[in-house]
Amino acid sequence: MTTSPQPVSIADRRYLPSRFAAWPASEVVPAQSLPAGVEEQTPKVALNDITLEYKTNGLPLLALDRINLQVKAGEFLCIVGPSGCGKSTLLHLIAGLQQPTSGTVLIDGKAVDGPGTDRILIFQELGLFPWLTVADNVGFGLKMKGIPKSERKLKVGYYLRLVQLSQFADSYIHQLSGGMRQRVALARALATEPDVLLMDEPFAALDAQTRDLLHDELERIWAETGRTIIFVTHNVREAARLGDRVAVFTFRPGRIKREFAVEQPRPRQIEDPAISRCAKEILGDLREEINKSLEQEYRVSS
Amino acid sequence: MKTVARQVTFYAIAIGAWLVVARLHLWPPYLFPPPQGVLESLWTGFADHSFWIAIAVSMKRIAIGYALSVVIGVALGVGMGSSKFLEQTLGGLLVSLQSLPSICWLPMAVLWFGLSEKAILFVVVMGSVLSVTIAMESGRKQLPKIYAMAGRNLGARGFKLFLFVLFPASLPYLLTGLKQGWAFAWRSLIAGEMIFVSLGLGQLLMMGRDLNDMSQVIAVMILIVTIGYIVDGLIFRTFERRLQYKWGLTSAT
Repeated sequence: MTTSPQPVSIADRRYLPSRFAAWPASEVVPAQSLPAGVEEQTPKVALNDITLEYKTNGLPLLALDRINLQVKAGEFLCIVGPSGCGKSTLLHLIAGLQQPTSGTVLIDGKAVDGPGTDRILIFQELGLFPWLTVADNVGFGLKMKGIPKSERKLKVGYYLRLVQLSQFADSYIHQLSGGMRQRVALARALATEPDVLLMDEPFAALDAQTRDLLHDELERIWAETGRTIIFVTHNVREAARLGDRVAVFTFRPGRIKREFAVEQPRPRQIEDPAISRCAKEILGDLREEINKSLEQEYRVSS
Repeated sequence: MKTVARQVTFYAIAIGAWLVVARLHLWPPYLFPPPQGVLESLWTGFADHSFWIAIAVSMKRIAIGYALSVVIGVALGVGMGSSKFLEQTLGGLLVSLQSLPSICWLPMAVLWFGLSEKAILFVVVMGSVLSVTIAMESGRKQLPKIYAMAGRNLGARGFKLFLFVLFPASLPYLLTGLKQGWAFAWRSLIAGEMIFVSLGLGQLLMMGRDLNDMSQVIAVMILIVTIGYIVDGLIFRTFERRLQYKWGLTSAT
């Protein structure tokens, strides 16, 4: 073994003193050219040959077709694809809310067989509980775990500060704006201290300014908490802005078409021309799939 | 303020008319007592504690009976909401049973339980449980799936999932059923007590008839209406407002 500095891989960067240290700026590169050695770690999340078949009107429909995907601990993976490609369903499978027809989901090498608080899904519709205050929403997962009230209060306080909602602890959900609700959902998911955060188009319904702000916050929170994030979106710029890696899905059946590594320094800016260039490249790949999905839609509707 | 003024005017005119008609002596006072006679009955009833005892007995019965109704009704409703078999079999039966006036259960209750508290409770429960059941079932069905999914995702399972997620989530749907169930329970109780002589407000009402004391009859009727109004107007209305505030629903007026 030598003591000479190793080439810094994506995974290693998690453990640098500051995640936002100057990173070598380079353009988007295909994932195949990742530095050697990265694959040797046990991945945080591993999807092995995931296939999912539905029955619609008696006809079998292949929703997901042999998905193989590995996510390293602390990695930020974005999944983009046209609507109806099964990317949301994939998150439900990882969360354990649904079972694949075949294939396995492994967390730290162990197979998933139901929901667990090591993986928390933030739903597109959020699913916040309107009968609870913001603080009680955030503390819900802890309460289910049987954590005593005093300890719960401390943790809830910490995560509310993290998402900058401390002064709204006693508000009810309907009293908050869309962006604030997103932050409650994020705090509620983080409070159970999951290893993996699954986010299903969480910012799709927000206005552009709020979304930009939440991108910054999510990046900061990710850096502070070191969670693994799998983030599903149809917004390519968002994917390039946030992800270490972006996986493009095909339209029906959902397959992984291509993976991109986004090697841009953080914190990033959505206006950064380098991000735009990444997004453009990914979009080029995705466009074909979007066209397929639109064709299908027109055929069905006409 | 305008509403209050209107209400005051209305009641003043009604009582005034009552006074005038009573003064005309068209009917003997034991059939048509003047307002002051009713007032006097109310006064003596409370003074000799007979009204207090009757209220206490009736309130205890309604509290136990209604609590049982809610627990059984919610359990049945959840069962029917989650099982197609129960929904198609028991569901139809319960809807048809709803057309049965609750007092019809009294003969059965007396034969089974004799002249006991249990018989009265049985009538109260049978009178109100169906409203709660049907409301819970429809609430369970209308409930967005996202709450159960989010709850499971955050580690809620089995009874915890029901207690902390499904039940509070369905409360807005359940509320009408709870109110209706309360109204039915109250009516069933009074009807049961009237036929089945053992203390309570219903019995007091029948006693007024037996004594040919119309003042007492009217006084007890006023009492029954007032208690019903207080429970509905104060307890349920407060509960409803709290719910609307939490959920951000606009008040249904």
